[in-house]
Amino acid sequence: MSGKTLYDKLWESHLVTDLDNGTSLIYIDLHFLHEVTSPQAFEGLRLAGRRPWRASANMATPDHNVPTTTSERSRGVEGILDPVSRIQVKFLDDNCKDFGIEEFAIDDHRHGIVHVIGPEQGRTLPGMTIVCGDSHTSTHGALGALAHGIGTSEVEHVLATQCLVQRKARNMLVKVNGSLRPGVTAKDVILAIIGKIGTAGGTGYTIEFGGEVIKSLSIEGRMTVCNMAIEAGARAGLVAVDDKTISYLAGRPFAPKGAQWEQAVSYWQTLTSDADAIFDAVVELEGADIVPQVSWGTSPEMVAPVTGAVPDPQSAPSEAKRGNYQQALKYMGLAAGTPIQSIKLDRVFIGSCTNSRIEDLRAAAAVVKGRRVAGSIKQALVVPGSGLVKAQAESEGLDKIFREAGLEWREPGCSMCLAMNADQLEPGEHCASTSNRNFEGRQGFGGRTHLVSPAMAAAAAVFGHFVDIRDVQML
Amino acid sequence: MKKFTTEDGLVMPLDRANVDTDYIIPKQFLKSIKRTGFGKNLFDEARYLDKGLPDQDCSGRPLNPDFVGNQPRYRGASILLARENFGCGSSREHAPWALDDYGFRCVIAPSFADIFFNNCVKNGILLIVLDEKTVDSLFREVSALPGYRLQIDLAAQTLVKPDGSVLRFDVEASRKHILLNGLDDIGLTLQHAEAIRDFERAHQSRAPWLFA
Ligand code: SF4
Repeated sequence: MSGKTLYDKLWESHLVTDLDNGTSLIYIDLHFLHEVTSPQAFEGLRLAGRRPWRASANMATPDHNVPTTTSERSRGVEGILDPVSRIQVKFLDDNCKDFGIEEFAIDDHRHGIVHVIGPEQGRTLPGMTIVCGDSHTSTHGALGALAHGIGTSEVEHVLATQCLVQRKARNMLVKVNGSLRPGVTAKDVILAIIGKIGTAGGTGYTIEFGGEVIKSLSIEGRMTVCNMAIEAGARAGLVAVDDKTISYLAGRPFAPKGAQWEQAVSYWQTLTSDADAIFDAVVELEGADIVPQVSWGTSPEMVAPVTGAVPDPQSAPSEAKRGNYQQALKYMGLAAGTPIQSIKLDRVFIGSCTNSRIEDLRAAAAVVKGRRVAGSIKQALVVPGSGLVKAQAESEGLDKIFREAGLEWREPGCSMCLAMNADQLEPGEHCASTSNRNFEGRQGFGGRTHLVSPAMAAAAAVFGHFVDIRDVQML
Repeated sequence: MKKFTTEDGLVMPLDRANVDTDYIIPKQFLKSIKRTGFGKNLFDEARYLDKGLPDQDCSGRPLNPDFVGNQPRYRGASILLARENFGCGSSREHAPWALDDYGFRCVIAPSFADIFFNNCVKNGILLIVLDEKTVDSLFREVSALPGYRLQIDLAAQTLVKPDGSVLRFDVEASRKHILLNGLDDIGLTLQHAEAIRDFERAHQSRAPWLFA
């Protein structure tokens, strides 16, 4: 018999029972909640007279809808100017109180984007099953946890039963061999992967990311990669546990302590795919071939190397894609053949659960240090992923570097990643963004998003257009 | 939960691949704490020419004449014909809530995104996967014949076209069962409460740190 993949192991260790017709009941160790996808679930519980199965397995924080200016944030929930957002955030506070769920409220110094604070607090642990009413829950797979997004009905289901009805996915291995060239980051790796397999390439699979390049990435970088597994169509992304995973977790507030830590570590060390495990699909990339990526269209698979140009729809791989390309170019206001580096930009956004951790902010700060944001850029936002990331950055003086260069330094939250708060693009504006989705209207009605790495976004802020980060000298 | 048994309805074609959940329901409408009322903002950015706001009365907003759903011939459609990877993007259940509230009971496409697929089942919306060629020919037939309707029978797994010809579709047995009976899946899972407790005990002894 062949060995097991990491996904197989995680699945089997959480299998409560197989149900009829090929679905299974899977036990959920940890459930994150936020304000946007939970109110209707709590309401459902109330209507049915149900209570959470295990309240302590839940953790909540408001992130999607919260303002990021210090003036609005200094007054907590009451300070939120948008009345509709305020109600939603208050609802989360009230629901957590009613149902006994721990919440990092908006004015808690540990508050932040749910996918940033879970690992940061050591809430996210290897070997766990984790769900959240948010598709980027795949992020937590970077620590060897089986983590994926669910809808609101499933949020209610998990609250009430601590389980999820699931069908086992197939196994895909995405192997990135060799090493990356200087200036090429985890973000470029995942954009290149999506560019290769397409946004539906991972549908029905759990993707394990492996190979030397993935091993060489920091845990933060692995989170960036797993975060966008969903943009490749996979609900969950995984990276095997190694020494980096374990040292990342040591000493975090919610990580196990003492004898339990020892016991946990020896279990975590088994969380890799067996050498003879068989994957249903294997995709390989050479790290050395990956060039900094920029998305030019309205789907994360529409990416080009920064040295390239906006493609001609005639060159699309299929008839259907040709139509997509045409629609995308129309929306983006771009002509085929335009060099990526001559795309003019209006705003820059550095943040989101993809790229708002300390390593991302350091990379961006290194680029803008000693420089000024280009006069043609209307706004360049830096939004740290959590209160703790913000404090860390400030202790390193990064906020000062950003401010001196003319970028705005904000309070943590999702911000312009989905523009549910006041941080939005105006129609027609182009934005270099470190977020994960470039869908039409994602960052504001009529807004045009280009997905890039933090260093590339920072360089774009300084030059007013995309530049190849490999050509930029650090001052 | 809502049942799906049969549907005899007008078909609206949405000729666009990778329709994402932001396209189905833009984020400004996710601030609602209710499950209903999203229909008027379905496909908001494509459907109207201006930017929609939450809680706005949409009756006076300028309609985009280029949006297929604004053509009078598709008014009252309850079956949506779509392209590959429909429903990709976020996990927002507001997307099926908006489709349902607008009046769509069924979506036909060559493929759907995973999370969206589950969310639809939970809301009694039937998703039918047909191969690309068949979907292509349906697009052609729908645009050629105003008033094009399909009769869908989930129990029989059939689609009947206006000319009386019949297409069969596949559906997973478990999903079919849930949809046909409108089952409360939380109630169903709680029938296994004993097994969940047993699992939990064993899990705790294996991995006590998860229960600290
Ligand atoms: S940062 Fe963006 S992608 Fe991440 S959870 Fe927030 S809205 Fe979703």
